[in-house]
Amino acid sequence: MSEGAGAAAIEEVFRREAGQVLATLIRLLGDFDLAEEAQQEAFATAVEQWPLHGTPANPRAWLISTGRNKAIDRIRRDILFRTKISGELGALELNTDAAVDAADEEVFGDDRLRLIFTCCHPALNAEAQIALTLREVCGLSTQAVARAFLVGEDTMAQRLVRAKKKIRDAGIPYETPEPSVLEQRIEGVLAVVYGVFTEGYAATVGMRLIDIELCEEAIRLGRLLDTLLPDRAGVMGLLALMLLHDARRASRTSDTGDVVLLESQDRSRWDRREISEGLLLVDRSLSIRGQVSSYAVQAAIAALHVRAEDSSATDWPQIVGLYEVLLRLQPTPVIELNHAVAVSMVDGPARALDLIDSLAARGRVTQYHLLHAARGRLLQKLGRMREAREAYNAALSTTLLEPERRFLAARIAAIQGICEAPVSG
Amino acid sequence: MNYLLLIYANEADLMGLSETALQKVVSEYADFTKSIVQAGNFKAADRLKPVSSASTVRVRNGKTMITDGPFAETREQLGGYYLIEAKNLDEATAIAARIPGAQFGSIEVRPVWQMT
Repeated sequence: MSEGAGAAAIEEVFRREAGQVLATLIRLLGDFDLAEEAQQEAFATAVEQWPLHGTPANPRAWLISTGRNKAIDRIRRDILFRTKISGELGALELNTDAAVDAADEEVFGDDRLRLIFTCCHPALNAEAQIALTLREVCGLSTQAVARAFLVGEDTMAQRLVRAKKKIRDAGIPYETPEPSVLEQRIEGVLAVVYGVFTEGYAATVGMRLIDIELCEEAIRLGRLLDTLLPDRAGVMGLLALMLLHDARRASRTSDTGDVVLLESQDRSRWDRREISEGLLLVDRSLSIRGQVSSYAVQAAIAALHVRAEDSSATDWPQIVGLYEVLLRLQPTPVIELNHAVAVSMVDGPARALDLIDSLAARGRVTQYHLLHAARGRLLQKLGRMREAREAYNAALSTTLLEPERRFLAARIAAIQGICEAPVSG
Repeated sequence: MNYLLLIYANEADLMGLSETALQKVVSEYADFTKSIVQAGNFKAADRLKPVSSASTVRVRNGKTMITDGPFAETREQLGGYYLIEAKNLDEATAIAARIPGAQFGSIEVRPVWQMT
């Protein structure tokens, strides 16, 4: 035992170990709720004891055994009260301290992976997967998860209870999936992690602290997956993509909270450490034979943006080529839209406008504000100001994010000046 | 754990199958059933007659009402079921995916309430 620990140091240990302690307790106790209670009791005991007796040499093992012992006490009390004897207790006591102390990184890693696969099980709805992952794997409070989803704490607590009930009732296993479905299930996990990231990134305009936290949690999850499932193109590609986006976070908004487009961003404010880590991961991901991940292709596009000294040095022809690869892997309207924007940088706005109009005509777009905003920019470049203004107005009427609204309003105001200037002849 | 695998498919499509196509589906079902009997997952199974033969019963205020047809009109109709025992949802869904009907219809996987 070391010297008596301060509150901040204890908090730091909890923050670091919460996910692991819970994951292992779920395996040992076989029940989410029991494990959560046990974890909380272990933390509470640590807060009492560590300042007096010092932090144990192996805080993780200490927290896990304390939590498990608390749970055994609880079950014993319940049995006494209900005089209902079950085989549970005997089985629990076999998994005693030896099991925790002897556990190595591999065992702990397996526990975390099992928990991730359980929380991201496809039998849970997409939103429940994200909420459970944030709560159980990342260890965010129910309150924080509620803030991320813009719902009240009670509503989120109910959703989490429902999701855990589904796990129990449907018999969703606390296991790493069979090899035959592993690849598919990993894709599902990656979608959840990327969902956490985009939840934070889409709204990251320096307004909500939770958004930054979500991006950080997603990257932390990405790193964890890269450790637990090494040398997978999808995992590395996703981590690279998140790092390369996140590196630009500080420059995406002005001091007044307004949107700053990529071409106008102050490149000196980009996070060089995240960029170099991201670039390395893109290369590693793309070099894995026989696995092409759409995340890696998107990361490669982001890499071309961050590699350019300034926006005029961007390698647009290669970006167009990568979007074409991406369209084959994942033909979605948003990717088609981004492809069109890239085409405008190579073949000019008229050709890109054709692509966007064809996309709109097929009626598959769900995020209309992006389509209208892109049309507005292209029309503006073509000097068709009245139509540009209409497009920006259409974009304005379909977006809810305040900074985007201000950005569009500024564009409209700028055009307004041109349109209303007296036209002679 | 016991799971009920409910097999839904579009009856009209099934009726439209040729004799040979139908024979093929029937023999696929026989093979599938045999395989889960051998694996020890099988508890029970039945094929149901078409929904045109269905009646729905409700008792309201002590009065029994019988109406023609299934409870709800849907694009896919319940055509049969398997009752299986599986160690967890992953095993149950893997078995459900091997039901021949999963290729054209859909299988609803429902855990059975354990009576204690």
